[in-house]
Order: sequence, then structure tokens, then C-alpha cells
Amino acid sequence: MAKFPSEEWIKLFKDEVNKNEAYADAAKDWEGDFLFIATSDDKLDKEVVFWVDLWHGKCREVAQLPSREAKKTEFVYEGPYGNWVKLINGEIGPIRGLLTRKFKLTGSMAKIMKYTRAASELVGCASKVPTEFL
Amino acid sequence: MWELTFPRTVVTGEGALEYLKEVEGKRALIVTDKVIHKLGFVEKIASYLEKAGLEVKVFDEVEPEPSVETVVKGAEFARKCGPDWLIGLGGGSCMDVAKAMWVLYANPDVEVAEINPFTKFGVREKARLICIPTTSGTGADATWAAIITDVKEERKMELPSREIVSDIIILDPELPKSMPPSLVADSALDALTHAIEAYVSQWRNDFSDALAINAIQIIFKYLPRAYRNPDDKEAKEKIHNAATMAGIAFGNSQVGIAHAMGHSLGAIFKVPHGRTVDLFLSYSIEYGAREAMGRYADIARAIGVEAETDEEAVEKLVGTVRRLDRKVGEPASIKELGISREDFEKRLDDLVTRAANSSCTFMNPRVPDVEDTRKLFLYAFEGKKVDF
Repeated sequence: MAKFPSEEWIKLFKDEVNKNEAYADAAKDWEGDFLFIATSDDKLDKEVVFWVDLWHGKCREVAQLPSREAKKTEFVYEGPYGNWVKLINGEIGPIRGLLTRKFKLTGSMAKIMKYTRAASELVGCASKVPTEFL
Repeated sequence: MWELTFPRTVVTGEGALEYLKEVEGKRALIVTDKVIHKLGFVEKIASYLEKAGLEVKVFDEVEPEPSVETVVKGAEFARKCGPDWLIGLGGGSCMDVAKAMWVLYANPDVEVAEINPFTKFGVREKARLICIPTTSGTGADATWAAIITDVKEERKMELPSREIVSDIIILDPELPKSMPPSLVADSALDALTHAIEAYVSQWRNDFSDALAINAIQIIFKYLPRAYRNPDDKEAKEKIHNAATMAGIAFGNSQVGIAHAMGHSLGAIFKVPHGRTVDLFLSYSIEYGAREAMGRYADIARAIGVEAETDEEAVEKLVGTVRRLDRKVGEPASIKELGISREDFEKRLDDLVTRAANSSCTFMNPRVPDVEDTRKLFLYAFEGKKVDF
């Protein structure tokens, strides 16, 4: 069981992604890295920033960063901690999360929209990590 | 929180086109195709707009399954003539091109594939949009997305932006009067698929439910009449209204795998949109029922099906959809579309990849994985009952 958010959690997430054949297939042409940012809310005091490097259906590297300025990435997907909990628990989808303004995306939407299945599989990987929330 | 987006004004009934005489502005650009131009609709609409004091320009180069290149060309044309009204006149292709052109007209640096719900495009700072459908099915007049084909990738892009919803929709029953029976069937069954998929979509809501169920009832009741008798004005007007109602419904709740698979088949084998999505409708009901039995049973009962259980109601609904298809001459399988097994198998991987990655797939009540998507195509090719 890993605490979300933590360095341990994002490493387990990486393992889940690299085990997932459906993700590998859906994202086989994908090139691009993300900052996943859980912004502070009533449960989380200070925002937590993860760097996730996704490349051709695999997750090459992950890290917890000290701040959002620590790395420039192609995409940033961010939302309050409570919404990440809902996303990981499958209560909201990654695209619905954007449409309902629970999350914000910075980066090319045109590129993301071609990879709806990959996005859905990534959330599935997050749901498989044995997680303990705050 | 869930945001709903509706057209501002819908003008319907006999003489609806005369509303154009009251439009205020300087210049209108009619976006249409050559067939509509030849039918004389452009002149009629231009004459009303001119009575309102507007100068009228025409871009009539929209093709079926319109391409990115056409949108770019249309937007360049718009920038040259500077309209404050865009008029999408025709079937879904013309209205979709008008909507996508609108974004590029207001934002010369934006690419068609970049149209998305999260960027502010400020389209109304340049112009407003009137949609005038001449067919009764696409719902493109009422939705806030444009379907544009990337020819190189053989991919239909679903491009959503809440800004590109019509300011005014004009539903004049005079316009669909001249549709031949096969087009009446193709387009109305497209609308039926919109309404049924909207009603069971994962994003369904109270507002889309109301419009979807009414559209379904109207189409089941009036389509056989409109198909049999081209002079049945009442039936054609009802179907025309139902298509827009279904458009508003699915615009606010989305569609599912019948559309994902239909877009994929249409882009690869160049089959008309209405015919392809309807072809997959009965298979999508059989597949989706495991997750949304009650919703499909609601639809069955709303059209008068009597059944003791939800399972029986859904089975009868599938039968009713297939009987309606037969009545109006629609194919029941991919094979019946005239696609050979060899051609189908050669492109099966592409069909599956495109459908599995479509955003519509993820709105379906039961989301198929890649393997199920492949099986659905194979079953639909043979015309087999979905049993998985």
C-alpha cells in the first residue's frame, strides 16, 4: 500500500503502466512527457508535482519534483488533490475531468484527443496501484 | 457540475426561412455544396438575406465527408469577404464546414485539428452562425462539434468547442421535401442512432433524456410514412424537427460505439454516414444491454413495446430497429453494404484501431476493449447476433 501522493506511489504507477499491454498498444506511437500536479485543497497543504515520461507505449521514467518549475514538459495535467482521488477511484474520467473543469490541461489538445484510449488505460493503471489516501 | 450548450434560437414550421428577412448585419457568407446550389436553395436564401439589407457571398465547395483542406480554403475565402454571418446550408457536411471555418476565420493561426473544448476562440467577435439543414438527420445544426476528415490519415476527427453552436437554426419543412426516399431513410436513421445513443450514453442527463426520447418516438412513428410517401408533409416535418432534437440531445450527452464504428467504416470505405451508424445500431444495443438494460428497456416501452421483463423489452427493441431498417431498405450487415470479405479483412485492423480510439467509444454504456471492438466488426460483417 502506497500513500498518494508520494514518490513510492508514482514508482508503483510506472510499474503498472509498463505491465499494461492495452496501454502499450493504445500509446504505441505516443511521444511526450507530463507533469501531473495535485494542487492543494482542504486535505493537501502544498501542491505535489510528478514528472511522468511516456514514450512509445512505455513509461520510461518518473519522479516527484520539488516544484512545477523544476522541469519543462510537453503537457501539464493538474487539479486539486480531492479530484485526483476521484480520478484514481474511477469516479471521473480523464476527459470528463477536463470538461467539468475538475482538471486543467496545458499542451496540445489536438495530440491528446487522438489518444483517448491511452488516457483511459493510464487511469486504469493508477486505479490498480494499492493506494492509501490522505 | 455539468455544462449544457444549446442553440440560442430555433425557428421552425412553414415559412421559417422568412425569418432571414429580419437578420441584422452587413454581409453573409453561405457555406454549401454544388448540389444544394443547383437545387436553387442558395438563391432563395440569398434573396431573403438581401431583403434584410445584407450583401451575400457563397462558398459552395463543400464535399461529402468534408476534408481539412476544404475548411482551410473556406476560411481563407471568409477572410477575403469578411462576413458577420456564416450560413451553413445543406446536410451535415456543409454545416460542419461552416462551424470549423468559423474558428479558423476568427483565428488564422489555429489548425483544424486544434479545435477543442478548452481553448477560447472568440468566434463571435468575428461573426455569428445560422444553420439551415436541408436533410433531416445529422443534427449538425444543433451540436457544438464539427466532424472533419483527415484525408491523409483516413480519420474522421470529432472536433468539439462549445463556441461553435448555432446562434439560429432554421427548420423549414420546405427544404427536406425534395429528399429522395433513400436519403430520407439514411438521414432519419442517423438521427435515431443519435437519440438512442444519447439516451444510454455515460454522459446522459435529464435534459438530453427528454429530447432523445421524444425524437425516438417521432422517428419510429413517422419514418415509415415519410419514406413511403414523399408528399407526406406532416411526416417529413416531424422527422426534420426530431433530427434537431436528437442533435441537441447527443450534443449534450454524446454518442457511443455505433458512431465510433460508423465513423471508422465510413472513413475507410466511403459509405454515407447515416447508413453506417445505423448499421451498427442494433449490434451496439445487443452489446451495451449488459450495462444499460434498463435504459434500453425504457426506450422499448416508450415506443410501445410490451414486455414482462427488461430483457424481453430489449430483445424486442433490437427486432423493432431491424424491422424498421428492412422497411426502409437499409443494409443489416457490412456484407450487405457490398464490401467484400477480402477488402474487409484487409482493412480490419485499421477499422478496429480507429473505432477503439474514437472518443465516442468511451461514452458507450459498455466500453469495448480492442478485442471486443474487433469481434463487433466481425459480427456486424456477418450479421450475427452479439452474444458476448
